[in-house]
Amino acid sequence: MPIIEVQGLRKAYGGRPVVDDVSFAVEEGEIFGILGPNGAGKTTTVECVEGLRVPDAGTVRVAGLDPRADREKVTRLLGVQLQESELQEKLTVREALELYSAFYPAPADWRELAGRLGLQEKLATRFGNLSGGQKQRLFIALALIGAPRVVVLDELTTGLDPRARRDTWKLIREVRDSGVTVLLVTHFMEEAQYLCDRLAVIKEGRVAALDTPAGLVRHSAGGTVISFAPSRPLDDAELAALPEAHTFERRDERLTIHGTDATVNAVISLLARHQITAHQLRVTDATLDDAFLELTETREN
Amino acid sequence: MSASTAVLKSEFRLFTREPFSLFWIVVFPPLLLTIIGLIPAFREPSEQAGGARTVDLYVPVSVLLAMIMAGIQTLPPILSGYRERGILRRMSTTPVRPVSLLAAQIVLHGAAAVGGALLAIAVGRLAFDVPLPGHLSGYAVALLLGALSALALGAAVSAVTPTTKATTVVGSIVFFPMMFVAGVWVPVQVMPDVLQRVVEYFPFGAAAQALQQAAEGGWPEAAHLGVTAAWAAVLIAAAARWFRWE
Repeated sequence: MPIIEVQGLRKAYGGRPVVDDVSFAVEEGEIFGILGPNGAGKTTTVECVEGLRVPDAGTVRVAGLDPRADREKVTRLLGVQLQESELQEKLTVREALELYSAFYPAPADWRELAGRLGLQEKLATRFGNLSGGQKQRLFIALALIGAPRVVVLDELTTGLDPRARRDTWKLIREVRDSGVTVLLVTHFMEEAQYLCDRLAVIKEGRVAALDTPAGLVRHSAGGTVISFAPSRPLDDAELAALPEAHTFERRDERLTIHGTDATVNAVISLLARHQITAHQLRVTDATLDDAFLELTETREN
Repeated sequence: MSASTAVLKSEFRLFTREPFSLFWIVVFPPLLLTIIGLIPAFREPSEQAGGARTVDLYVPVSVLLAMIMAGIQTLPPILSGYRERGILRRMSTTPVRPVSLLAAQIVLHGAAAVGGALLAIAVGRLAFDVPLPGHLSGYAVALLLGALSALALGAAVSAVTPTTKATTVVGSIVFFPMMFVAGVWVPVQVMPDVLQRVVEYFPFGAAAQALQQAAEGGWPEAAHLGVTAAWAAVLIAAAARWFRWE
């Protein structure tokens, strides 16, 4: 049975739908990512999972419980790191950890958590004097302090430097390996690719795709990227006629074509036919970035 | 240790780290009384006050000032700040309800106000020979109702204002008239009759009358206690009704 189930979730603010028929299920022990551009409804979706918002329609279940009706039970097994939320300025790190561990019947050892998050040097520091990265690590510690079965992390590594980001990713993997399910909201592709077992891409309040990171890349239309600087300009009509070519764009002298292996062969024979040399030719697989952009672009052109 | 005790303990610690709040609530009211008492003319019986000395009248004023400082000056920005900075929201993701955080702050401010009030009474008695309240239980009831309406007024201000900044602005708009009706500038008992009738409809004007009557040894008039209690009830209901959690 999935540990988080979201069915037909809808939420509108002032008549404008922010979350529009979102469904997904998170299996126990996986890292599930919610990816999407700003304002796509990611945070509202997880806020419904956390019980902070009442859905207009649809159902949300966490370990079979309703986050609103079974508030008490859900808060005990769900750890939450919120996107924009602070602590009392003059509360020290140690006091915050002690206070929050008093909220749970069987909390994790806060000293060990502080150690894992590199906060042991900062225990006597007041919240207001912590750096952005230290605050973020404290929030992660508070999300884990109740020894939760599921942890929801919204914008996990925002404000962290690359080193701290890597360390946090490692920590999240360890958390998952210890049996905790992770629901991760992010807009960092690298983070999603590195951490997530599965991803839901949300666009304008709807699930645009739901797959593994590799699957998303594989299924995106422009899965292979061909890029080179042609010795002479190529005709647009001929580029458009390339088989399975998804998009092409020119920047400076460089031409980039998104397509498949068939496109690669066709490009090579096109170049040969016109006796055009391709300088600095690169053929690469698309990244999650490419897949994401393709999934979330608004089809205006 | 239960969760609410832990919250109360932690908020108590935070409260002790706010020297300015503590100064205004606990130190300033007895200090004002001391300044008044040091002026020789205010230690002479005054005909206008029916034979009482000005310093006598300023003991209940100082008591109410502690309530007003706690309830209207320092409490509302804290409540609004906890909301604005997402502290309440974070707490609502835990098994503890965020109302426990607000309750802890209200209780601590109430306790500090009572502390400031007792200190003012003690200073009055020890330094200026102001007799202790003649009707102790009447005085206690008036004092608690006064504290309750001050805290409720502060909570209501926080409830109807969307941001901490707005809370501070509305708080200070309410603050000065409330100090006036409590008699900080002119004690209620020596106000002109008409003005006295008017301020008796305000929570601290009524409380000032009730405290003075209890100080003189009688049970306070039911009307004064009733007005203060009614304000407290209405303000508590308003705060509970309109308080937004985020």
